[in-house]
Amino acid sequence: MREITLSQAVNEAIAEEMRRDPTVFLLGEDVAEAGTPFKVLSGLVEEFGTQRVIDTPISEPGFMGLAVGAAMTGARPIVDLMFGDFIFLVMDQLCNQAAKIHYMSGGKLNVPLVLRTNMGATRRSAAQHSQSLQALVAHIPGLKVAMPSSAYEAKGLMKTAIRDNNPVVIFEDKLMYQDKAPVPEEEYLIPFGVANIKREGTDITLIATSSMVQVAEKAADLLAAEGISAEVIDPRTIVPLDEAALLKSVRKTSRAIVIDEGHQSYGITAEIASRLNEKAFYHLDAPVLRMGAMDVPVPFSPALEDVTVPTPEGVAANARKLCAGDMIHAA
Amino acid sequence: MSPAKQTNSADYLRMYRQMVRIRTFEDNANQLYLSAKMPGLTHMYSGEEAVAVGICEALTDDDRITSTHRGHGHCVAKGADFKQMFCELLGKAEGYCRGKGGSMHIADQSHGNLGANAIVGGSMGIATGSALRAKLLGQDDVTVCFFGDGATAQGLLYEVMNMAALWKLPVIYACENNGYSEYTKTAEIAAGSITARAEAFGIEAFKIDGQDVLAVNELTQKLVARCRKGEGPFFIELETYRYHGHHVGDINRAYYRSKDEEKEWKDNRDPIIRFRAWLVEQGIASEEEIEAMNAEVEKDAAEAVAYAEAAPYPDVSEVDMHVYAA
Repeated sequence: MREITLSQAVNEAIAEEMRRDPTVFLLGEDVAEAGTPFKVLSGLVEEFGTQRVIDTPISEPGFMGLAVGAAMTGARPIVDLMFGDFIFLVMDQLCNQAAKIHYMSGGKLNVPLVLRTNMGATRRSAAQHSQSLQALVAHIPGLKVAMPSSAYEAKGLMKTAIRDNNPVVIFEDKLMYQDKAPVPEEEYLIPFGVANIKREGTDITLIATSSMVQVAEKAADLLAAEGISAEVIDPRTIVPLDEAALLKSVRKTSRAIVIDEGHQSYGITAEIASRLNEKAFYHLDAPVLRMGAMDVPVPFSPALEDVTVPTPEGVAANARKLCAGDMIHAA
Repeated sequence: MSPAKQTNSADYLRMYRQMVRIRTFEDNANQLYLSAKMPGLTHMYSGEEAVAVGICEALTDDDRITSTHRGHGHCVAKGADFKQMFCELLGKAEGYCRGKGGSMHIADQSHGNLGANAIVGGSMGIATGSALRAKLLGQDDVTVCFFGDGATAQGLLYEVMNMAALWKLPVIYACENNGYSEYTKTAEIAAGSITARAEAFGIEAFKIDGQDVLAVNELTQKLVARCRKGEGPFFIELETYRYHGHHVGDINRAYYRSKDEEKEWKDNRDPIIRFRAWLVEQGIASEEEIEAMNAEVEKDAAEAVAYAEAAPYPDVSEVDMHVYAA
């Protein structure tokens, strides 16, 4: 199978859906000729024109609001939010408007829009260009949240998101745009709420999102060398969450670590760990562990930044302790 | 007010009737609040009827509006039915939003009302986005964005007016200046001129008497036609007055506005009294005909209130319906 980058996969997904459905359009800062600072959208304006690939002023709440109105009245906008950190700027339009309009109208109005943005630290971009804010969005009923872990997921989830009749937020890891993966030439979609078992194992389950899937797979390699068999599961969407697949795995392995690049406190990892505790408690041989980013603003200096995010070595070390029955957090 | 154009008699009478329907709806809503039959609070539109009616009578069902927390008037003017509105106010299953929106989100979506919005200024993006969609898909409908003077303090307005002007979108920003931003005089929160803010973006802006339904309607008709030809956006500041407090519970308000001021607006600038006098003077309707129309609207409202009071609440199983669309 051919291999393409995550960036190319996103571009292909959007182009295919724009060809298929004339109501799909893009708007955001520097999405047209510039193709975004990460060049993810390069070439789209040449094919679809400036009517459907719209460069906006630097007005995040404004163009997010425009997308909500366009979505409510028959179009399918894809909003490009240059950095995930800017989600704080669009919170009212996303969480008070887009998320609630279907419900508040008693099901009469729909808001079929996609907000594509990014996440991920270690790019030396400091505290306002490095956050992974998926937990904030996942907390709000009415929004769906997808977190692709490779080019394959990025394409299939994007196409599903564009056809979904709800507001969907897609977090792409900005450090993975150039990562290649096998992606079929023929069309495919990845349904929401279906986890992917990346690697089967019997001793411990590593549940990981987005960039953390690679971290978990590397940890699984380290553990395999020591005779510990780790299962790696990628939920692919956080909302909806394939709880059944996660529970099934944990009931089999009896141990789990949940890994996500958002801050550890009150985060995605806490939510998933809590569900496992509630529904698989009697199958567990060890506490379910959370591994998120440290609860500090992301620092600039590489010496500091690199210690804020989970690493394969860190995940493997914790897995080793869980499998040995050692305590993780001494008081 | 300008002389009548005889061919428009039916339009004039419908405008009058719609204004009376709004006032009557609000009187009943207020009673429901005072008698503790209505859950929560509500924000009365009474006094501002000529704005909603003058504008909505210039629109078709395909044209969209976005409304505000003070939105009953827009809802009625855009074609809503009393029964479903009172059902929504009381949280009943037959309400326009199946009881999930209430007063602050009430809307008859089938007539192009994109919803009342409880975030001040919250619908400015939605209205402008609706207009962007019209342009993108080659549709000729126009969107009117209603908001109050208080909402002119929100930054979103300036972001979306900038884009609407850049892209010549068919949207009309209708600023209902009732003189008060919640419990504060507008003069204390708005620097400079409100219309000048729109003009700074190259948007043609108008300031008119929002108590004169004919003036509002004539201007809106012209602007809607120009929007359909690609000449939008436009901005209208409508000088009006809210008879009640910020909400129905805001009774003792002497600390921010005087009874004399309220009396002056009610006695001398009431949009319904003024228009009624004009209809009689122009020979479009007799006093008796007008009284009959008023009585008919009151009867409709009373029946709708009784209907809504007797109507069932939604089944509890509906609580997690409509979180996500299929």
